[in-house]
Amino acid sequence: MIWNPNKECMSRDERSALQGKRLHKIVEYVYHNVPFYRNKLQELDIRPDDIQTIEDITKLPFTTKKDLRDNYPFGLQAAPQSEIIRVHASSGTTGNPTIVGYTRKDIGVWSECMARCLTAYGVTRDDIFSVAYGYGLFTGGLGAHYGVEHLGASCIPAGTGNTEKHLKLIRDLGITGLACTPSYALYLAETMDKLGIKKEDLKLRVGAFGAEPWTESMRKEIEARLGLKGYNIYGLSEVMGPSVSYECQMQNGSHINEDHFFPEIINPVTLEPLPVGQTGELVFTTLTKEGMPVLRYRTRDLCSLLPGTCDCGRTNVRMGRIQGRSDDMLIIRGINVFPSQVESVILSLPEFAPHYLLIVDRVNNLDTLLVQAELRQEVFTSTFDTPAAVEALEKKLAAKLKSVLSIAAKVQLKAPGTIERSQGKSAHVIDNRKL
Amino acid sequence: MTIHQLSIFIENRSGTLIKVLDALKEAKIQIIASTIADTAEYGIYRLICSEPLRACEELKKAGVAVALSDVFAIEIDDQPGRAAEAVKVFSEAGISITYMYSFLLRGKGILIFRTDDGEKAASVIKNNNLKSIDETDLTQWA
Repeated sequence: MIWNPNKECMSRDERSALQGKRLHKIVEYVYHNVPFYRNKLQELDIRPDDIQTIEDITKLPFTTKKDLRDNYPFGLQAAPQSEIIRVHASSGTTGNPTIVGYTRKDIGVWSECMARCLTAYGVTRDDIFSVAYGYGLFTGGLGAHYGVEHLGASCIPAGTGNTEKHLKLIRDLGITGLACTPSYALYLAETMDKLGIKKEDLKLRVGAFGAEPWTESMRKEIEARLGLKGYNIYGLSEVMGPSVSYECQMQNGSHINEDHFFPEIINPVTLEPLPVGQTGELVFTTLTKEGMPVLRYRTRDLCSLLPGTCDCGRTNVRMGRIQGRSDDMLIIRGINVFPSQVESVILSLPEFAPHYLLIVDRVNNLDTLLVQAELRQEVFTSTFDTPAAVEALEKKLAAKLKSVLSIAAKVQLKAPGTIERSQGKSAHVIDNRKL
Repeated sequence: MTIHQLSIFIENRSGTLIKVLDALKEAKIQIIASTIADTAEYGIYRLICSEPLRACEELKKAGVAVALSDVFAIEIDDQPGRAAEAVKVFSEAGISITYMYSFLLRGKGILIFRTDDGEKAASVIKNNNLKSIDETDLTQWA
């Protein structure tokens, strides 16, 4: 089943023509509405009329996460505030989150892309579909929710947490579809075992899993334990949210909704575009977005675009599995975490030295984050002589980390001089997960 | 009226305590009394020793996370009920004992404690004629 054959099965020439037309329009739009882009284009001596075909995209400047941060909160917003009907936020590399505003049309496009994705998984209006991504500032919950409703299936906004009640609903309501992170799917399976619920008791048949890296062996395990077929979904809030790309029944790469999000693969060092099939950094240009369009946004995700056509009938290009990052971002329980965020918290508290270590692990299929932070000598004053004093400091750091990272981290205080000194950011992280 | 206690931050894993004790041994510091207040992850190793100021410096040199705390030391008879009597005067004065430990020295009980109000505790000790022990006495007797 294909939700929108007109767009998903266009001939290559037709699609290129549409992309070229839309690219010209979006460049003209940001040129007139976003001073940041106008300045960048003027510096490069580019006028909107210089951009006529999709091939002209290589003339355009890149946008980075740093640009979003430097223009916090609304600097890159193109639409007037009166047109913005939703705002999401994702973690920034330090301090400020990334703010993304959506117009009514943007929400419509997002829902359409999500409906294409769910249809490719085989979801229909007869399904009862549970969304167990986090609702709130994170795009996962509401993004999937609107898509399920747009498709016409019955949406169960389960959210995360309260897993036992969720399982009861999955069983009692005969829920057939599930959207969540792959690690949460495995956690559901664990909870089923604990409660003595068997997959035969459930009617689950389709899972939309994403927001964090996962492997083929995780897919097999989830499928075996929940009794469903699991599909990959990809997205990022800077571009839209979940449904930027989606797997079809062939499960050989994820189709990109490229009439809305134009993909390029570049060499992350030279920034030169790479030919189809080569692995590099994935870059997106939003072709239709009104709220916060981005030109050549560097996702930092490393992958390749797959050559050839797909047997499912869709002609939109497929991207391969994400093979890593060109920066040090971690995805923990579906949430983006930068070591620099932890560093900024630690530096803001006078009790701590700038030495820290993030230890990421996966215990019973749930990601865990342990932050080791080194105490300054000055902490050891006459009243630092009770476990309560130590625990108060531990709690203070944990609370601040939680508010900045949006996920809970376990904190471990270390005595002065006990964390190994290191050069380079990556040395601040030990990731024990086998992904 | 107070004496020095070393308060040492240690992690609950093997090798951390011996590091402290080795450093004290090297510096020829005598331990008079000690106790560990622990949580699942950490311990605060409190100790009364000879030459606490020098001990503190030596420990810092050895990379130990140590603080000097001021604590009271009072002597009581080694008889049932004496500790209760001693603590009662503080509780009646509205002073909280933050922590306390005790040991025997020369056949007398020594109570080591910190309170939430040092000044007030000092005057309570004076007014109730509790026998406060100073550092020189402790070191000599030990």
